[in-house]
Amino acid sequence: MLLTSSSFKRNVRRKLEDPSLQRNMKRFGGRFVEARAAVMTEVDNLEEIRVAAAAIRDRSLANLDSYLMEFEAQAQARGTQVHWAETAQDVNRILIEIARSNGVRKIVKSKSMVSEESGLNDAVAAAGMQAIETDLGEYILQLAEEPPSHIIAPAIHKSVEEVAQLFSEKHHTPRQTDIPALCREAREQLRPHFLSADMGISGGNFLIAETGSVVIVTNEGNGRMVTTLPRIHVAITGIEKVLPTLNDFSTVVRLLTRSATGQSITNYVSMLTGPRREGDQDGPEQSHIILVDSGRSRLLGTELQQALRCIRCGACMNHCPVYQNIGGHAYGWVYPGPIGAVLTPSYVGLENALDLPQASTLCGACQVVCPVKIPLPELMRVLREKSFQQGLRPWHERWSIFLWRTAASHPRLYAGLTRLAVRLLRRLGGKDRLLHRLPGLDGWTEGRDMPAPSGQTFRELYRKRQS
Amino acid sequence: MSARDNILARVRSGLGLPGNVPGAERDKARAYIAEQPRGPRPTYGWSDGVARFCERSEKLGSSVDRVGSLAEVPQAVARYLQSKTLPTSAVIWPVLNALPWAAAGLAVQARSAQDSDLVGITGAFCAVAETGTLMLLSGKDTPATVSLLPETHIALVDVTRIVPGMEEAWALMKAEQGAPPRAVNFVSGPSRTADIEQTIVIGAHGPYRVHVVCYG
Ligand code: SF4
Repeated sequence: MLLTSSSFKRNVRRKLEDPSLQRNMKRFGGRFVEARAAVMTEVDNLEEIRVAAAAIRDRSLANLDSYLMEFEAQAQARGTQVHWAETAQDVNRILIEIARSNGVRKIVKSKSMVSEESGLNDAVAAAGMQAIETDLGEYILQLAEEPPSHIIAPAIHKSVEEVAQLFSEKHHTPRQTDIPALCREAREQLRPHFLSADMGISGGNFLIAETGSVVIVTNEGNGRMVTTLPRIHVAITGIEKVLPTLNDFSTVVRLLTRSATGQSITNYVSMLTGPRREGDQDGPEQSHIILVDSGRSRLLGTELQQALRCIRCGACMNHCPVYQNIGGHAYGWVYPGPIGAVLTPSYVGLENALDLPQASTLCGACQVVCPVKIPLPELMRVLREKSFQQGLRPWHERWSIFLWRTAASHPRLYAGLTRLAVRLLRRLGGKDRLLHRLPGLDGWTEGRDMPAPSGQTFRELYRKRQS
Repeated sequence: MSARDNILARVRSGLGLPGNVPGAERDKARAYIAEQPRGPRPTYGWSDGVARFCERSEKLGSSVDRVGSLAEVPQAVARYLQSKTLPTSAVIWPVLNALPWAAAGLAVQARSAQDSDLVGITGAFCAVAETGTLMLLSGKDTPATVSLLPETHIALVDVTRIVPGMEEAWALMKAEQGAPPRAVNFVSGPSRTADIEQTIVIGAHGPYRVHVVCYG
């Protein structure tokens, strides 16, 4: 996926000024939030399960190589071919090799965020094959030639009118705005593709080391189609997705679906283990899995390792006031919201996504809802610190901090300067005691006024009170 | 070095683990896998698993029927199809072929499903009371497509095989089958999507209707 995180501020401005996006984000508002809150009342020991789920993910990560090797051995024993991709480009190369050597022409895909990282669809098209997205949201976006804006509801930024227009243009059908009718239209368009595709690509919510299986958690049934009907199935997923056992999966999935869509369980939870067996009448003849590193191993052993616990539920973005206002595209890469603000700089380089860790008020809502207790605000703070240490922040910011530090470490100087500043600001505040503009900080005063100080510093007031 | 070795080496050095290959840690990982501890789960405030299963199934948008024995199932299925004015021909799991379908007025074919099949009838390996979920295992007499391609999915559930949670379902699978089959599908109601304006629509790519017949 094209990386535009470096122009985050410009992206944000555009999104804030886009009336249809603003309308669609308002509608998005609290629906996921409410659904999650409602379904969590079923879980009387939520905190206990969260602690357990975080521990399960930590256990996998702490011995990631052992669990990956165990997974690989079990998967191979059941006939799955395991491939390893160091970079996003490797993912595309491996996939195209598998496709070429099997004479594949048409590919159907269910949702895979990892394949967005590598821009797989474009690579496949360039290799002369057709890849069709089949998750309704992803299908809409493929027609619209747009990237996803949410990890579980990729077309959240689109209204029914926009979808209606798109379908009628691309399918050459009469325009209809009835949502169930649009869903049926997509079903009818996609069914023939499921039946005629040579290869199905899926993501993988989890890998199970115990059995060498990949698990996908879905609602629409397209995930089942792409892993059952075509003669080749390829699952693409990150190396961090491994879980030791089926029981661990049971614990984690209770929180995943509830945190994501507010469902006690999704319609389908499918565990796939190898190709079709002797005598089976359906299922793929070949089963492949591509394990992707692409920056993940770099996080191990650092404070950011905790971000690899992520089970991609999307709750952090659903609850984020910044995401709710700007939508997912502004973040400029595959993963938006708080987890994106941590993962994007980590995967694509801090210098390419400098503003993302700043795009938070650190209100902490994300951390409160994260089912695996990732301290997202803390991790954003770590990245902020790093970007300062590496001298990546703009000169005026570095200078301001330098000046402030100099003043703050000299108490007399500090007292003198603040005394001067509050008097000046009081003057500027005028009769209504409000500052309408702050030189150098006009971003802040654009939408609000700053109350002018009283004219005396805290220390002066304190001294007065003491005497 | 291969990509695999490079990745595993990076993982090890990132984690600060000594050497190139895990020794004792891998044994520890294996021991943990063998032990398979169960995690905490919500308090199960019900005692009647069958009632809980039926109640949750309906909440998921499935319809539920209950008959006394497996032999009565074809009649019950026929009644359901007639009440919904659905076709009376169906594709069924080969493992169910011996039931008196014809006597109930149903024309069934035992095979994997095709696009043109409108009704698919399956059994269930077991069912999960906590969430109202069916557990289906693929196999030569239980093809996965029968619960997927037709618009109507009818599932027969033996009430003695309703287990409390997913953990018990896995345990049952391992006890009876050892390793997992190609596909384990947990099915919880008809397929759905909320991808347009977060409006839930029943019937995405999979079945529009799931009807559960509990027997026994
Ligand atoms: S960081 Fe936590 S809340 Fe956000 S997507 Fe990952 S698991 Fe969900």
